[in-house]
Amino acid sequence: MKAFKWTIAAAFAAGIAAAAPVPAQAQTQDTIFIPLLSYRTGPFASSGIPIADGMRDYLEMINQRDGGINGVRIVIEECETGYDTKKGVECYDSLRSRNPVVVNPYSTGITLQLIPRAAVDRIPMLSMAYGLSASADGNIFPWIFNPPATYWDGASVMVSYMAQREGGFDKLRGKTLGLIHLDAPYGKEPIPVLQAMAEKYGFTLKLYPVAAADMQNQSAIWLNIRRDRPDYLYNQGWGAMNPTAVREAIRNNFPIDKLVGVWWAGGDDDARAGGAQAAGYRSLSFHAAGTNFPVIQDILRHVADKNLSRVASRERIGENLYNRGVYNSMLMVEAIRHAQQLTGKKVVTGEDVRRGFETMNLTEARLKEIGMEGFAAPVRLNCADHNGHNNVFVARWDGQRYVRDTDWISPIRDVVRPLIEDAAKKYAEANAGWPRRTETCDQRS
Amino acid sequence: MTDATISAREAKPLPKWAVVTGSIVAVVIAIVLANAAGLMPKGTLLHGALIKPFVDMVDLPDLFVQTIWEGFVGGVLYALIALGFVLIFKASGVFNFAQGIMVVFAGLTLVGVYEKFASFGFTGMIAAYLAVVVALGVMFLLAVAVERVVLRPLVNQPDIILFMATFGLTYLLIGLGETIYGGSAKVMIADQLGLPKGAIDFDILGGRVTLQKLDIAAAVIAVAMIAVLAFFFQYTRIGRALRAVADSHKAALSVGISLNQIWIIVWFTAGIVALITGIMWGARSDVSFGLQTIALKALPVLILGGFTSVPGAIVGGLIIGIGEKIGEFYWGPLFGNGIESWLAYVIALAFLMFRPQGLFGDKIIERI
Repeated sequence: MKAFKWTIAAAFAAGIAAAAPVPAQAQTQDTIFIPLLSYRTGPFASSGIPIADGMRDYLEMINQRDGGINGVRIVIEECETGYDTKKGVECYDSLRSRNPVVVNPYSTGITLQLIPRAAVDRIPMLSMAYGLSASADGNIFPWIFNPPATYWDGASVMVSYMAQREGGFDKLRGKTLGLIHLDAPYGKEPIPVLQAMAEKYGFTLKLYPVAAADMQNQSAIWLNIRRDRPDYLYNQGWGAMNPTAVREAIRNNFPIDKLVGVWWAGGDDDARAGGAQAAGYRSLSFHAAGTNFPVIQDILRHVADKNLSRVASRERIGENLYNRGVYNSMLMVEAIRHAQQLTGKKVVTGEDVRRGFETMNLTEARLKEIGMEGFAAPVRLNCADHNGHNNVFVARWDGQRYVRDTDWISPIRDVVRPLIEDAAKKYAEANAGWPRRTETCDQRS
Repeated sequence: MTDATISAREAKPLPKWAVVTGSIVAVVIAIVLANAAGLMPKGTLLHGALIKPFVDMVDLPDLFVQTIWEGFVGGVLYALIALGFVLIFKASGVFNFAQGIMVVFAGLTLVGVYEKFASFGFTGMIAAYLAVVVALGVMFLLAVAVERVVLRPLVNQPDIILFMATFGLTYLLIGLGETIYGGSAKVMIADQLGLPKGAIDFDILGGRVTLQKLDIAAAVIAVAMIAVLAFFFQYTRIGRALRAVADSHKAALSVGISLNQIWIIVWFTAGIVALITGIMWGARSDVSFGLQTIALKALPVLILGGFTSVPGAIVGGLIIGIGEKIGEFYWGPLFGNGIESWLAYVIALAFLMFRPQGLFGDKIIERI
């Protein structure tokens, strides 16, 4: 019996040794390390998987097609967070020593925890269209980037869209906008800006928070919605909350075309759950869905055809959230290219990439070069503005896929930007000893 | 003994229920009088908490009926989940932490098997029900495996060890489920199973009450399931054996009851309950690992109904279901909505103040 136990113990030890990564050989050639904090498990996996696949596949495509970024291979490693803030911080701690050039927390909760650490560890953080809206202020948050739009921009676009549908901002008076949101930092982000806009344009704002534990048990909240009869509903939901909300809207005869999700509530699975009646559900977006772009074709050719993708099936490539992941990785790769240009180095560091983000200038011409013509709009960042507050459009679920439903709608910048600067200042004041920006500002090359 | 103590004994105190009812009536009268006297003008917190909800109930009776109905459907489903916990608690003396993941696992197995059939071109209702049979088979195998690998080696260990073992089982099933079926959400095959779609509208009470056919089906199936289980465990030989096991493992063994057999039966029953729960909740949203948390909704139900009582699970489920929906709907706006998740526990605790052993729980008398 004793011998048996020892055998098992030895087998375990051998297993652990075999599973441990052997990084030595990869380090010898020129590489840069990009960790992906992803979540393929847990209650939010349905939203997390397509994003993780898209992010990974774009980076893999750059490795396969171009041999890396200007010849420097990207070392990609996923760390499973389960959308859990504690696990996410553990992931960050375990990856930090390996000199990542940029970190994507992929959760607003994790982002909030890591914001104070970015400057200390000198690792820039890209929270692409999520995280703390106020971190768009580069003077206070030199290490945080959240292009192309903040949640506050999104909320203001929702208000503009409502005005468009109603025939002008003056028609908003007396209307009611409901915000159904996950009762978590992410879901609560748009509240201050919606409150400010409600006051400015004279509409009523009603809040419908959904606790994470009740994501799939929303019937009481929808009774409230039925009673209050809001004219429009803005959905800041995530994970299993979204398909449930779409189903409940249908069950409660809420006009589906007046339920508009933030860009994260735009998963194909979210709408698909509602069946044919979900056609007409809307979601904000800042990039196209589908495979009809050279960049996605390249992913199909260089990654999917070689069985290097982790997608469950080939059809999922080109889904809305998959393309979101592609867009996210494209921003990182472009920032690294900028950093290489700025410094003349091939293997750049986190500090260089921070400068790369600050000088980012994605023009139409550049988007065309990287196979994204018509896929996304230009993005231009600078030292003060780490977001760009770029235009957003409304996508409509046609029963099969998301299609573009409106022109680009610009955020109400004159409301949002002062709020952002104010909130950033307050953040710095609330955190005693918040470092003053000492990083110099590069001139755009 | 003095005269005073004798007379104190003879003067029977009022029964508890009379005290409670009396105080409620007194409070209601006080509120109505205070309102009539204009002490609670509209818009104040007191008015919002004490007057407005009831005015709303009377003014919009259709929404009141709708709220009760939603609460009833939710309550029946909670009761079904709670029943899964109660059965296992009675037989093994543990709170089965894995019940939630069993719901997910059963649902994923059903959809996963159906998808496999569909990939061979075998679809439709027959395929769907064959998938149900396969899923039931898997839940049976799980019950056997749990008995062999988890319960049997731990027999006669302290309950807390068994409880921890169900934690282990939870993580095992999460990992197994994600390995086999992947982490993404799946759409429940409600149409293929023949679950009804659409709604029935009643124009009553000056408004419209909508009953979803799916909810009606869920309520009917859950009620039938609860009735069968209650009958099975109350009146059959196995049911009696289960109750014997619940009282004492050792005593049950000594009269020749097979503990192993009972455990398999009970865990399999919990598996069946899990599958039905998975289908019903899955059809209301989707089948994903988020559904695990639904099972924890049974916790306040169990606190309220008692861990050992089948009727307690049923009545508790209904009280929690209806109570939280009414609370959310009428008093939620006072707290900025979204109070449902903690309100269930408040309701359970309010009941516990008067019945610490739960509604139908056994009164534990320990003599020193």
